[in-house]
Amino acid sequence: MIEIRNVSKWYGQTQVLNGCNTHVAKGEVVVVCGPSGSGKSTLIKCVNGLEPFAQGTITVDGVSVGDPKTDLPRLRARVGMVFQHFELFPHMSVEQNLALAQVKVLGRSVEEAAARGVALLDRVGLREHAAKFPGQLSGGQQQRVAIARALAMDPICLLFDEPTSALDPEMIGEVLDVMVELARTGMTMMCVTHEMGFARKVARRVVFMDHGEIVEDAPVAQFFDAPASERAKSFLARILRH
Amino acid sequence: MGEFDFSVWQPSLPFIRDGLLFTLRLTLVAMTGGIVIGTLLALARLSPIAPLARIAGAYVDLMRSIPLVLVILWFFLVIPFITGSPVGAETSAIITFTAFEAAFYCEIMRSGIQSVPRGQVNAAFALGLGRAQAMIHVILPQAVRNMLPVLLTQTIVLFQDTSLVYAIGAKDMLKAADVVGKNYNRPVEMIVLSALIYFAICFSLSLAVRQLQKRVAIIR
Repeated sequence: MIEIRNVSKWYGQTQVLNGCNTHVAKGEVVVVCGPSGSGKSTLIKCVNGLEPFAQGTITVDGVSVGDPKTDLPRLRARVGMVFQHFELFPHMSVEQNLALAQVKVLGRSVEEAAARGVALLDRVGLREHAAKFPGQLSGGQQQRVAIARALAMDPICLLFDEPTSALDPEMIGEVLDVMVELARTGMTMMCVTHEMGFARKVARRVVFMDHGEIVEDAPVAQFFDAPASERAKSFLARILRH
Repeated sequence: MGEFDFSVWQPSLPFIRDGLLFTLRLTLVAMTGGIVIGTLLALARLSPIAPLARIAGAYVDLMRSIPLVLVILWFFLVIPFITGSPVGAETSAIITFTAFEAAFYCEIMRSGIQSVPRGQVNAAFALGLGRAQAMIHVILPQAVRNMLPVLLTQTIVLFQDTSLVYAIGAKDMLKAADVVGKNYNRPVEMIVLSALIYFAICFSLSLAVRQLQKRVAIIR
């Protein structure tokens, strides 16, 4: 589904991605982790072309992201993305947030989009909040709406960019529950996250990044039980201590 | 100098009303046109197409560096020269104010557009919206809400500035007051009246802006 081959990227003189190779197969959940500044958020933003990259190729469902001839909006409409800071549109109600791209991008009728929106709100347990504005919801609720908004486009895969990092601890669970449920339905997911419990529960592989490089790309059990590199060992020791 | 005689206000009212109607019309047209053209100018200034951004920037800098009275006079004299026929003081005033205010609204809209966080733009793109769609549905609505107090304050300034059309003899409220004042030989009383009307309108608008600001503010 997602193929990342030899991707490198620079900000001026600073190299932020260095020859990254990995893939996410259909129906697979892959967790990307690593210390802050390791390039994981940059890498996932390259997958739907929000960040350009200088070298290498990324293909999603056979479509080359970096190819200037690619219709990026059309590709992005099929690839859902969930952000660290939710990024719901604050001037629109929850239902309008869910309907906008369905109507404007997919050309669905307003009624069809509304029905799909309500069904998805139901799925993330927020049906009664449809008329509210994002600012009236808690962080956890906003993130669940953001997941519903991505799902409304019937995506072929979902990208998560630290979806729980901006949440208060008591709200992390409700968002992870939705993500676990999604994974169990066979959704293809690439998740930048430090939630190692989530990784153990649903991920097939863990990609560990440091200084713009993919240091390890291993099956979950192997990554946690016998990390190959010193860098992954010390990272795990730091984040699993508590 | 004799005593003040405010009895002149009574017969002046029909003239003041007509003048005020023109002043309001000029304000509304210049505001609407100025915001529309100003927004387009802002988009041009922020455009990745360098020549477009430079032309829009030059226009804004030019308009903001010349006193309004000179622009009013200049348009009044130049437009007939270009079109070959005089357009009249009122039409000339409307064109001038729209063109002049567009430069100011442009800068307000530009900072409004830039005030929308990058993450919002990314979210719009991630959903498959194109540049124009993201601008229309996500960025501009937030930019206008963020800038609404400044946009309306600029409009209040515009309302006051319309009095400068006296320079080309357009019949706005101040001109009406001036004419009546001369006819009745009561110029001071008429100036007091127009000042009171300007004050009453601008002050109530300022209060209204404050109320509106509370109601449209985005809940965060």
